[in-house]
Amino acid sequence: MTTASAGTRAMSAVALAAVADLLLYGFLAAESEKAVGLVLLGAVVAVAGGLRSGVLPRLVRAAGASPVLGALGLGMLVLIVIFHDDPFVLLLMARALLVLVACLGLHVQLADAGVPNFAGAAFFGVGGYTAAVLGRADLPHLLVLLACGAVAAAVGSLLLLPLLRTRGHYAALITIAFGLLFRTFLEVNDTLGGPQGLKLAGLRILGLSFNDDRVLLGVDFSGYAFYCLAALVLALLAVVLVRRVERSWLGVALDAVRLDETAAACFGISIGRWKIAAFTLGNAVIGVAGGLSAMMVGFIAPNNFTFQESLVLVSILLLGGLGNVAGLAVATVIVIWLPEKLQPIQEFRYLLFSVLVVLVLVLRPTGLVRRTARRPFGGVAA
Amino acid sequence: MSAPGQLLVCRGLTRQFGGVVALSGLDLELRRGELLGLIGPNGSGKTTFFNVLTGLFPATRGEIVFDGAALARATPQEIHRAGITRTFQRSRLCLELSIFDNLAIGAHHRLDHRIFFNVLRRRALAREADATAAAATELLQIFDPPLARRLFEPMTGVAMIDRRRVEICRALMSRPRLLLLDEPSAGMTTDETNRLMDDILEVRRRFGDLTIVLIEHEMSVIQRVTERCVVLNYGKKLCEGTFAEVSANSEVRRAYLGLT
Repeated sequence: MTTASAGTRAMSAVALAAVADLLLYGFLAAESEKAVGLVLLGAVVAVAGGLRSGVLPRLVRAAGASPVLGALGLGMLVLIVIFHDDPFVLLLMARALLVLVACLGLHVQLADAGVPNFAGAAFFGVGGYTAAVLGRADLPHLLVLLACGAVAAAVGSLLLLPLLRTRGHYAALITIAFGLLFRTFLEVNDTLGGPQGLKLAGLRILGLSFNDDRVLLGVDFSGYAFYCLAALVLALLAVVLVRRVERSWLGVALDAVRLDETAAACFGISIGRWKIAAFTLGNAVIGVAGGLSAMMVGFIAPNNFTFQESLVLVSILLLGGLGNVAGLAVATVIVIWLPEKLQPIQEFRYLLFSVLVVLVLVLRPTGLVRRTARRPFGGVAA
Repeated sequence: MSAPGQLLVCRGLTRQFGGVVALSGLDLELRRGELLGLIGPNGSGKTTFFNVLTGLFPATRGEIVFDGAALARATPQEIHRAGITRTFQRSRLCLELSIFDNLAIGAHHRLDHRIFFNVLRRRALAREADATAAAATELLQIFDPPLARRLFEPMTGVAMIDRRRVEICRALMSRPRLLLLDEPSAGMTTDETNRLMDDILEVRRRFGDLTIVLIEHEMSVIQRVTERCVVLNYGKKLCEGTFAEVSANSEVRRAYLGLT
């Protein structure tokens, strides 16, 4: 496993990221529904071919996860530069990245600890409203973003008692009820803008406003390019955090809680404590993503945080393959971008999109990418 | 309440499920370092005794004193920390995890679970993981050397007999003082059972003061490895003594051994 030299690792990682980047570029640049279809077909052919010939698994193994992640990050950076003056594409990219972060929060809850959360959009909203309220005060925005996570985690603690007393569908029902309550609460609450919602000031870090267009090295960058960059940084941080949690004793304990509570209890693992930890960490991650998203869009209203939106988040998890972060990223791209890119065919796009999702789940009932075993995290084997 | 040589004292241990009395006023003592056989017909309360002792089903009435500490009202987690571990009649390993992960679950209370340590101090974590892998390898080698080389393979590919071994190793990873083995030989051939019992005796030799309670239906095994037996019937203790003594008892012969 460790025989691959640094050069081979880097090259494999760059090769993988380049193919992924090319596909993403094609997806984003495609204007007509035919072009989108062609790119999708290209993606399917590339992945199927890569799997059939064994090249894809070999590349993944040769590169290792961290180099691939780094190369992908660089690739996204290249995409931001390429689309530097196209606000629509940049917004689409930033949105996918922030949804990915929110899904990573859900992933810790559902895929690691087995705690369902059908109120993802509500916690995303808690982050957004926190950003709106704290944005009025003169606080550093990095601190505000952290506060978004903290408030989302704190609001989530309201659900802990009922969540610890229930399992499975019943626990899911509690989060559904919370999501519905949250929206109603926002609609009747005048200080939070009621149904009309709230406006937000843009993100500002170290005196730099992210809303302004800016000329860098003679290139005119749209303000959204900087939001995209911030979302990219947040997404990379979230992926690293989640991967480190999973490849550690924390991941082992969460797996034990998810797979067999009785056996876990007999080995001294406190079920409640671990469920609380996962639920809280997940909500904090979702809250930060919600805060940044609200600052980027500049406006939030209760309608953005419906039960339907929560379902979209959960369906991304299931479509990607519960427990696999790479699958999660692929599913996010499909679910967030495809309906937007299919605008030309109007109402039919939802039909087509739904058919595609059903097809994927018929062909791969456990999602696009299967959960993989935890790789050893000791010094000898790593 | 407990004499110096005694590790565990149970007094009047009772567990009711509605109208069913699964365990009825059981008095039982365990001496430090002994290997006690727990036998009796199906439904006589052997596994219930384990479940009550490990806190899965709290006792309806009665006392459990383990090394001076009252444990009858303790949670499974507290009981585990006190030094009692078990295996299950029907294997309860996490099949989608690797052998190493399952053994790490056994070592849970000795590992560092602080978020800061796990997320940011990756080098120290790697060292702890290596030490845990070394301990796991050492244990697996007692039972089956080839198995030790497959430490990071998923449980799904591991044969039934090896799963039993991994389950016992998982329990041993916590370095227990009292090990409860619930029919470890179920579904094994005589040959496999004998090898497993040899391994358990070997473990006992290496971990000096380990006390073991073994539930087992194969009387030749009980005769070979245990120093003392307790026979249960209808949740009550029928008799206790060496295997020769209990197998000579007419009540035991009638209730369990099917002899006249």
